[in-house]
Amino acid sequence: MSLIHKKRYLSANVVEMIVEAPDIAATRKAGQFVVIMTDERGERIPLTIVESDVAAGTVTIIFQIVGKTTTCLADMNPGDELYTVLGPLGRPTEIEKFGTTVCVGGGVGIGVAYPIAKALREAGNRVVSIIGARTKDILILEDALGAISDRLITATDDGSYGVKGFVSDVLQELIDSGERIDRVFAVGPVPMMKVVCDVTRPAGIPTVVSLNPIMVDATGMCGACRVAVGNETKLACVDGPEFDGHQVDFELLTTRLRMYYREEKEAMEQFRCHCDGK
Amino acid sequence: MENKPKREKTPRQPMPEQEPAVRRTNFDEVPLGYTEGQALVEASRCLRCKRPFCVDGCPVDVDIPGFIALVSEKKYTDAARLIKGTNSLPSICGRVCPQESQCEKFCVLGKKDKPVAIGRLERFVADYERTAGDVSLPPLPASTGKRVAVVGAGPAGLTIAGDLIRRGHEVTVFEGLHKPGGVLIYGIPEFRLPKAIVDAEVDYLVRLGVDIKTNMVIGRGKTVDDLFAEGYDAVFLGVGAGAPVFMNIPGENLSGIYSANEYLTRSNLMKAYRFPEYDTPIARGKRVTVLGGGNVSMDSVRTALRLGADKATIVYRRTRAEMPARNEEIHHAEEEGVAFQFLTNPVEYLGNDKGWVRAMKCIRMELGEPDDSGRRRPVPVEGSEFIIETDMVVVAIGTGANPVIPTTTPGLEINRWGYITADEETGATSRPGVFAGGDIVTGSATVILAMGAAKKAARAIDEYLNRA
Ligand SMILES: Cc1cc2nc3c(=O)[nH]c(=O)nc-3n(C[C@H](O)[C@H](O)[C@H](O)COP(=O)(O)OP(=O)(O)OC[C@H]3O[C@@H](n4cnc5c(N)ncnc54)[C@H](O)[C@@H]3O)c2cc1C
Ligand SMILES: Cc1cc2nc3c(=O)[nH]c(=O)nc-3n(C[C@H](O)[C@H](O)[C@H](O)COP(=O)(O)OP(=O)(O)OC[C@H]3O[C@@H](n4cnc5c(N)ncnc54)[C@H](O)[C@@H]3O)c2cc1C
Ligand code: SF4
Ligand code: FES
Repeated sequence: MSLIHKKRYLSANVVEMIVEAPDIAATRKAGQFVVIMTDERGERIPLTIVESDVAAGTVTIIFQIVGKTTTCLADMNPGDELYTVLGPLGRPTEIEKFGTTVCVGGGVGIGVAYPIAKALREAGNRVVSIIGARTKDILILEDALGAISDRLITATDDGSYGVKGFVSDVLQELIDSGERIDRVFAVGPVPMMKVVCDVTRPAGIPTVVSLNPIMVDATGMCGACRVAVGNETKLACVDGPEFDGHQVDFELLTTRLRMYYREEKEAMEQFRCHCDGK
Repeated sequence: MENKPKREKTPRQPMPEQEPAVRRTNFDEVPLGYTEGQALVEASRCLRCKRPFCVDGCPVDVDIPGFIALVSEKKYTDAARLIKGTNSLPSICGRVCPQESQCEKFCVLGKKDKPVAIGRLERFVADYERTAGDVSLPPLPASTGKRVAVVGAGPAGLTIAGDLIRRGHEVTVFEGLHKPGGVLIYGIPEFRLPKAIVDAEVDYLVRLGVDIKTNMVIGRGKTVDDLFAEGYDAVFLGVGAGAPVFMNIPGENLSGIYSANEYLTRSNLMKAYRFPEYDTPIARGKRVTVLGGGNVSMDSVRTALRLGADKATIVYRRTRAEMPARNEEIHHAEEEGVAFQFLTNPVEYLGNDKGWVRAMKCIRMELGEPDDSGRRRPVPVEGSEFIIETDMVVVAIGTGANPVIPTTTPGLEINRWGYITADEETGATSRPGVFAGGDIVTGSATVILAMGAAKKAARAIDEYLNRA
């Protein structure tokens, strides 16, 4: 059981939550995640650890409301307890002094990009962050990323804020401008990560992506999270979640993410949250 | 028949079971258990051999004729306690042990007739003790002040926890999942091993004072070294052989292809068979294919039937005679209408335009020379490829060692398959104070072997702690 300390909405359907997990707070590193269950009958869902406070013994998660579990989670409040918070899981981001690094975040992926950007900066890299969303109202964490980046570029698809266009367009321009880039980290919706890789591949820039396949145990036991990287099958929960983006089979990831489309719809339609009212 | 001479042998008492047509639509336990009357009749068959060969067949030396004699005296609780002297989990072993290749295989009655139904009697007395609410706590010795960390709450971890706390040591069990029990909880289905029984065993340990910490994956966050740093005097690794194994053939990542671990974990641990009452979804294939011939395959294929498959087929590369599953499971699967396709192996999966499996290309096999396991090695018949239509596949061809502990515990010796090297008699590993047992040492084996290894390691840890 983990107590929820704080909750706030970053946009209409993105929530930030601070939950008690002292052991996780003490040992977690950038790039790692937790698995949470809202209640005993719930699903196990993976969420990235965005931030931790060792003294307070808490970790921060940021999630988008997309289905049953995240809706249920968003309905919970400070003082409520989560049934399970397991972590830290996954391999930490490989952080070195690369030189100039670009962190590209799209949508709720900005939350996942934040700890990576922060760790890169702490390791002495120059950090350029490119963050984007469909429209201004749902762009999150601009201030937080601004504070840890040497340069922050924002973009919206509809041009309501920052540059009009996709984050990949911004990255392309940056590359075209002759800026030296040693490594790119991209986190966001699968199509976004794929396009970013298409942009960096011809430029020969090593690109790390953080994959979000469906997981069950997240400890390497079940194989639900398998992804194809190069010619090999990898388990994203223990071998990842970060991989060389130029080797990832994004198409496979996309089809596997749709595996339970019908059941997810059914779960939402029959939605009755059994985690509240306790 | 009643007027036959009284030397007529009493037949082995059949187990009352749910009817196949009924049970394939539910997840309730299939065998219902002996009534007291049946247990008494079955117990009367035992010859109380002076030299009981059955005991030789039992990996933990249960006093079989002894407990059966107590059954005949209607001292069921005493019988259960006698078993528990060497076997901590009789209600589980009575259900899942492969008796036909252990105790019952050696029973002298089996030479001419059928052996005594030792497993069914074991189950009867253990269930009697549990349901009679007569599970009293043994007196515990004074605390030794020593602390042992047990990693993994499967049969091995649970057994050693019970044994060590009864020797006065403080025991903390760290379990990665949100529920203790290991394979007993996530792997073996409800219809074969009701989860309430596993919960009762865990509850008993908690009442004895074992501290079970769930949601703690050792090696992520805390490591074995951290446990020593926190003051534990010894560590037991009972982490099982829980890594999925695939065949690495084309198309294996198509949607609808599961490892048995995933399929069974969704259904059992996450209770996906009760979706949407429980949140975790599971594919409900109509034409389901399960690869492999062990207990895991039988559990998977019978789960698929219960989840609404019209056709559920086992595809196995050898023949029925080589299948490692318990006889009872094969028999139950047959009764429930599972189809078997022997001497067949898949070579490729074919998908539809949505990336979902639609068929499996297979090749016929024939049996060649015996291999290391003594079974005849299956060899493909060239040019014999054919197609099996299927919309869901469960790969149940074995499991491997999870690398999390070995890769995060410096100085821990592992063999070339990734299993931990440990002394057979003591469970001692290459690291002082670190012991191991169960599937993580032997590779996938059985509940009783994991428990036997844990019992030996408990004695060795006790000696180690008393020396230290
Ligand atoms: C390593 C990792 C880190 C992640 N970090 C974040 C994060 O920081 N913030 C965030 O908003 N999301 C994150 N996700 C995605 C998040 O786990 C899913 O959005 C969530 O599981 C959806 O659950 P649901 O019941 O609300 O929706 P559902 O209706 O169940 O599913 C909506 C979609 O989410 C995906 N999904 C469903 N179940 C799972 C599952 N068990 N595991 C993974 N994906 C699933 C599927 O694509 C599905 O179509 C991460 C995923 C991974 C693998
Ligand atoms: C589907 C299925 C059916 C079976 N049927 C039978 C049968 O009928 N009869 C029979 O005798 N045997 C059967 N077996 C085999 C039997 O279940 C195993 O041999 C036995 O469970 C092994 O026990 P164990 O304690 O070594 O490991 P497990 O039962 O695998 O338990 C290991 C535990 O350790 C946990 N763990 C792993 N890594 C970590 C970590 N780093 N930190 C913390 N915790 C960790 C796991 O989550 C798990 O709970 C079956 C197995 C399966 C999968
Ligand atoms: S071998 Fe058979 S008959 Fe003899 S003691 Fe054992 S169970 Fe009884
Ligand atoms: S989620 Fe089960 S192996 Fe990765």
